[in-house]
Amino acid sequence: MSDLTITQTGTERLARAFSEHGKRAALMPYMMGGYPTHEESLRIGQACVQAGADIIELGVPYSDPLADGPVIHAAGTKALTAGANIASVLELARALAPDIPVVLMCYANMVLAPGVEAFVDRLARTGACGLIVPDLPLEETEQALAACDAHGIALVPLVAPTTPPERLAQIGSQTRGFLYTVSVVGTTGERAALSERFAEVVAAAKAATHAPVALGFGISTPEQARQAAQAGADGVIVGTRLVRAAGEAQDPAGAVGVLVAELAAGLAL
Amino acid sequence: MSTIEHRFGRYGGQFVPETLMPALAELEQAWLAAREDPNYRSELEGLLRDFAGRPTPLYRARRLSERMGRPVYLKREDLNHTGSHKLNNALGQALLAKRMGKRRIIAETGAGQHGVATATVCALLGLECVIYMGAEDTRRQRPNVQRMELLGATVQPIDAGARTLKEATSAAIRDWVTNVQSTHYVIGSAVGPAPYPALVRDLQRVIGDEARAQVLKREGRLPSRVIACVGGGSNAIGTFTAFLDDPQVQLIGVEAGGEGINTPRHGAPLTVGGRAGVLHGSLSAIMQDEEGQIIEAHSVSAGLDYPGTGPQHAFLRDSGRARYVAVTDAQALAAFREVTRLEGIIPALETAHALAWTLAQEDGELDLVCLSGRGDKDLAEVLALT
Repeated sequence: MSDLTITQTGTERLARAFSEHGKRAALMPYMMGGYPTHEESLRIGQACVQAGADIIELGVPYSDPLADGPVIHAAGTKALTAGANIASVLELARALAPDIPVVLMCYANMVLAPGVEAFVDRLARTGACGLIVPDLPLEETEQALAACDAHGIALVPLVAPTTPPERLAQIGSQTRGFLYTVSVVGTTGERAALSERFAEVVAAAKAATHAPVALGFGISTPEQARQAAQAGADGVIVGTRLVRAAGEAQDPAGAVGVLVAELAAGLAL
Repeated sequence: MSTIEHRFGRYGGQFVPETLMPALAELEQAWLAAREDPNYRSELEGLLRDFAGRPTPLYRARRLSERMGRPVYLKREDLNHTGSHKLNNALGQALLAKRMGKRRIIAETGAGQHGVATATVCALLGLECVIYMGAEDTRRQRPNVQRMELLGATVQPIDAGARTLKEATSAAIRDWVTNVQSTHYVIGSAVGPAPYPALVRDLQRVIGDEARAQVLKREGRLPSRVIACVGGGSNAIGTFTAFLDDPQVQLIGVEAGGEGINTPRHGAPLTVGGRAGVLHGSLSAIMQDEEGQIIEAHSVSAGLDYPGTGPQHAFLRDSGRARYVAVTDAQALAAFREVTRLEGIIPALETAHALAWTLAQEDGELDLVCLSGRGDKDLAEVLALT
């Protein structure tokens, strides 16, 4: 990354990650900051980089994660019990950011707590590229979008299969970084198969924005990742499968690394 | 057609996953249309009258008034069918769900009163019903669990966190995110993302509308104080709304002081104050730490054991129109026993908080207390604790 200069914004760095991955789609593993422990979660992040991840989505553990299913909810609770806090998760972002673009996933109340501007300023100082706030829909984003734009952080919006076309166009037009496209009606979690409508959802998202479209929620296998890419997704987000492995394995970082390598192979050209 | 508030001053809003946003818009449109529709209104009014038993009486509490040296009136929501004010909202929302073509109903419950009301309405209307309830609350409100199951509802105990109302509400929202196309979420209090706080208030304002007319007829004057307990705050907002434009009437919301508001073990975010925050979809007074993690509430009363509150209450507090105070577990338990012996009315532990505050006031001219529910459900818990 010799041409990575200090003037490159997070948004620009994400754009490069989507154009230079050399696969069918960019691979974006999700990891829960501080899970199972702070040290191990840093190793997990490094293993993702080694195994061919293009972007990391770094989750901030929260007491009341309404968009998450039981696996990620439980991981967040455990991370909090193990002492994770916003400072420790931002340390992870700082440690990983030189090697990979980091997008923070954080619930609204934690972004509002210190004030949106102060939160985004602090995030930008870690070298992170983006911010996802799953409970901050279009109607509530004005302040956060202004703060993120001012700091070169991409405020990544979400769309769902239930989002009607006019609304999709509105969200698509103010997308920064990428459009996080939720593949299913539901919370995060593994599914045996992709939703029947996922290709339709991807196509609608692509038509609504010039930004890359990343598909997430319910993608857990290399086969599903490949199907998402074939349907036109520019990026694939895998979360629960990896968080589950981090919780079950003797060697969490090793186990996540193996899964990420398999997902990367599934996306190989 | 009038609109429905999304914000109360700076409070309220819609802080939910995108998946739910179209459903909130659909609900808002459905409510705007229904409340102007004579068919909906007459069906709801008929059920409130013949099924619920409204209007509920306004009772001049004999021995309580004598003891306090001033008239104390009790708005008898405990005499509403199912034993609390919760049925008013459940009836209105379930009829709305039918209009929207949704045949599956979910709800959260703390004390079980809203769960019972929702299960009752689902039995009445032939709707599928799932009630989320913290595992701790299924223990301390056992009779209500049995009632809900008898009524045909599925009660889903939730083991996360402190296993009380906050986790039950989170679980209900997750269910709604997953089943939003077939399901209506009947929120039980004046909380949640817009349009819920306004919708629930509109459906509960019947309490205050009746009480205002009743007290005027009986006394020829308005009360000097209107008092109601506040967890999420639906009986309080339902009672206060009719009096908002009567500046001579003080509005008092009584929160759960738990083990004391100088300890972390309480459920009194309005009284304690501090930075506003987002919980369950709206910005309001909540209990949180410096980083924005939600703090578990504590109250002997399951219905007040909640770290958030309705956004309109936060607005009324800031504007000075209503005042919020807290009553401890011990004070509420004492009032529970005292009112039972004095009046022959066993109040819900939630309601006992409002009564405890009233009993502690030496001054005053005419108090009107919302007796939001009956306390049969609390007997085992109270007898174990005292």
